[in-house]
Formats: sequence, C-alpha cells, structure tokens
Amino acid sequence: MKPAPFDYIRPDTVSNVCALLADNFDARIIAGGQTLIPMLAMRLARPTLLIDVARIAELRRIEIDGDHLVIGAATRQAEAEASPDIARYVPLLHAALPWIGHAPTRSRGTVGGSIANADPSAEIPLVAVTLRAEIILREGEDEFIVPAEDFFIGAMVTAAAPEACLTAVRLPVWNGAVGVGFQEISARRSDFAFASAAAQLSLDPEGRISRIVLGVGGVEDRPVAIDLGEVAGEVLDRRRLSDAVASGIEALHAETDLHASAAYRKRAALDLAVKAVVQAHSNASAALETRR
Amino acid sequence: MKVELNVNDRMVEIDVEPRKTLLDALRDDLRLTGTHTGCEHGVCGACTVLVDGAPVRACLMLAVQSDGHEITTIEGLAPAPGELSVLQDAFCETHGMQCGYCTPGMILTAHALLQKNVTPSREEIVDAISGNICRCTGYGQIVEAIEFAAERLARANEPRAAAAE
Repeated sequence: MKPAPFDYIRPDTVSNVCALLADNFDARIIAGGQTLIPMLAMRLARPTLLIDVARIAELRRIEIDGDHLVIGAATRQAEAEASPDIARYVPLLHAALPWIGHAPTRSRGTVGGSIANADPSAEIPLVAVTLRAEIILREGEDEFIVPAEDFFIGAMVTAAAPEACLTAVRLPVWNGAVGVGFQEISARRSDFAFASAAAQLSLDPEGRISRIVLGVGGVEDRPVAIDLGEVAGEVLDRRRLSDAVASGIEALHAETDLHASAAYRKRAALDLAVKAVVQAHSNASAALETRR
Repeated sequence: MKVELNVNDRMVEIDVEPRKTLLDALRDDLRLTGTHTGCEHGVCGACTVLVDGAPVRACLMLAVQSDGHEITTIEGLAPAPGELSVLQDAFCETHGMQCGYCTPGMILTAHALLQKNVTPSREEIVDAISGNICRCTGYGQIVEAIEFAAERLARANEPRAAAAE
C-alpha cells in the first residue's frame, strides 16, 4: 500500500459532508479519485479522512433550470459524455468531454472533481470559464454561487474554502443557430494539454455572428476567456478574427515548464483558438442551414 | 473496513484498510493475480478491470469505493476453465502479445468496447486502447486481434450458410 493511512467515510447527504469537513481540518473529499488517488500514492496529499461523495444522490443529476443546465458535482464524466441533454443544451461540454483522460478514467472521474481539482490544462474548467458558468458551493447550510472566472485562482487553487463542498455547475444554455469548436494539443492522445481552445458562437438568420465566446487552457495557470466582441455583429472575417485572437493571446502570461516553452504555448494557443472559432462557425452555419 | 463485492459473478467479503487499492485487494486478498500491477498511478492501463461493465483502472480506485459493485477481472472472461473467450483467442491467433504484461488490461478494455460497439472502426479501436501501454508487441497486432474478434463475434450470430461464404 502506497498511501499514508487515512479513515474513510461515505455520508449520504451534502449536509453531512459539510459537517464532516467543518469538524476535520485534514479531510478531503473524494469523488472519482482519478487525480487524488495518484496524489495519495505519491504522498503529495496526506489527508487523515477521505469523505466519499460519489454515491450522494443530490450530487448526481443533469437537469434544466431556466436558461441553465445544472450538472451535479458527482456526475461521472462518462455519464456526462453519454447524456443527450448535455449534447443538446451544452454542446461545447459534449465536444470537450472525449478529450478528458481516457475512457477508463472517465468511467470514474466526475464533472465536479475536475472543476475542484483546477488543473490549468483541464477541459471542464476551460468550458466553464468559456461559457461563464457558475460554480455552486455549500458551506454548512449556506450556498454560494461563484462565477467560473473567479473560481479558478491558479494551478490547483480555487476560491473554494477548505470546508466547502462543490455541489454543482450551472452552464448557460444558448438558443438559435449555435456551433461549437474544441481543439487541443498534447504529446500523446489524452495526455495533459500543452494548449487547448474552446469556442461557441451563434449566428443570426443573416449569418452574422450574434454571440461569440472563446477560452484557452494550458497557457496561463488557469483557463482564461478571451473577449472577441469586436468580431460580433458581422459575418466571419478570418483576417479580423486572427487579429482579435492574436491580441487576446498576446496579453496572456504563459509559463515555461518541462513540457513546453511559454512561446510555444502561446503560438499553439493562437492556432488552436482560430481553428476552434472556425470549427464553431462552420457548425453554426450548418445549424442555420437546417433551420431554414 | 468490511467490503462486499461481486467479483466475476461471485459475492466476496474482504476486510481491508481504507488506503488499499482495488488492485491490491484483488491480487493480495482475493489472489486474482491476472490483474497486473504496472505504474500504480493510472498511466499504463495494465490493471484495467471492469466495474459494472465499464473499464476502470484498479490502481485508481480504493477497495472501499468498490463496495457493492460488480467487478470483472481477466479471470472472469473465459467461458469455462481451460477455455478462452473469442477475444482472448483472437489475441493468441494474431500474436497480439509478447511478454503479456499489458494483455489482461488490453483484453478487458477491448471487451468493454466490443460490448457496446459490435462493429468498431480501426480508429475507434485505437482510441479505446489509447490508455493501455504496450512496450513490446506493438499495437499493430493488438488492433488486428480486436478487429478479428469483432468480426468473429458479429458472424457468430449469422446463419451457418452465410457465415461459410
């Protein structure tokens, strides 16, 4: 056995999880454990108590709430991947899910776990920031709603307090002719991304861009949204798009590490971001065509 | 902690420390050593087992988390002692293994693929086994084995005359 000893408990409500977190300073929540268990094995994490939330029914849901889709934190990535509601209402998440790890890690890994873990190159946090999702946290009996762009602070660092339990993510549902694009580059299929880009846009009946969002992952120490307001309101102009994306990426602060240099990450992100927007545009155009 | 689980259609109860992985419980407590220990941090895929039919890395799951679940290991795939499943047979026939270390994980991953996709494309096979590392045979013959098994399984349900064509 490689991890240091710990106790394990499987409470059946979020209230009990919060009570346990409040009483045990060194407790950690485990859901899928696809990142936490290797960290335990390498003893990078040494909690005294693991609180398993994977079977809590209120954390396993995918449901529409007004103009948002709410996904319970303990929903498995494989379940999300197979969900027709996610494919229909949050197509950007649907496009990103197959890029997470491998099928065997997605059978265990959860949507909320990926957000709480806050890896700078992770796909679900990137989608959350790109779409301006809301992260829902519980502390005791209090609920907090944190915008995704404020939730991610740095590599594996979030706005969640140690006694908070992430319960759900609320993703906005777009209407009309919507298209999405997701692009990523890594050394091997399913490895951590050197850079990734997610884009979603909608077209008005004349084919002009009515709404557009873009996010890039793996460049800064957290996923970041890039404002493309200047290309909205008109038909897609590749030249203007490239210029707008380039100025957005130019302003980012990339880090050099063992895997890729800062310059490479920015260059790759630029290329992937343009590709993601073009992919989203072509999907939205096809959607517009079928609506005619 | 007491953990009750269904391993290869047999209910078993084990008493494990919470820090013990499902992999170690299978090998040490249940003596099912067909599930291989590789990297022990979720990279190589050698320890892949099926949990409720889905491929899972046994080194990334604690035994206590598997309480009440259905686990299938490589020992549970053969239809009877001394026999091999169609997929296992295909690995032998196409020489889809050399040292055999990755083979149980490869076969369980491929088994899960063929359970939900009876006519996988080459690309789907490659994607399915992308999380399983082989360091000797190479992937060519492994992919061939899975294609071969898929074809055989698909034809197994055809009327005899059509199968002979």
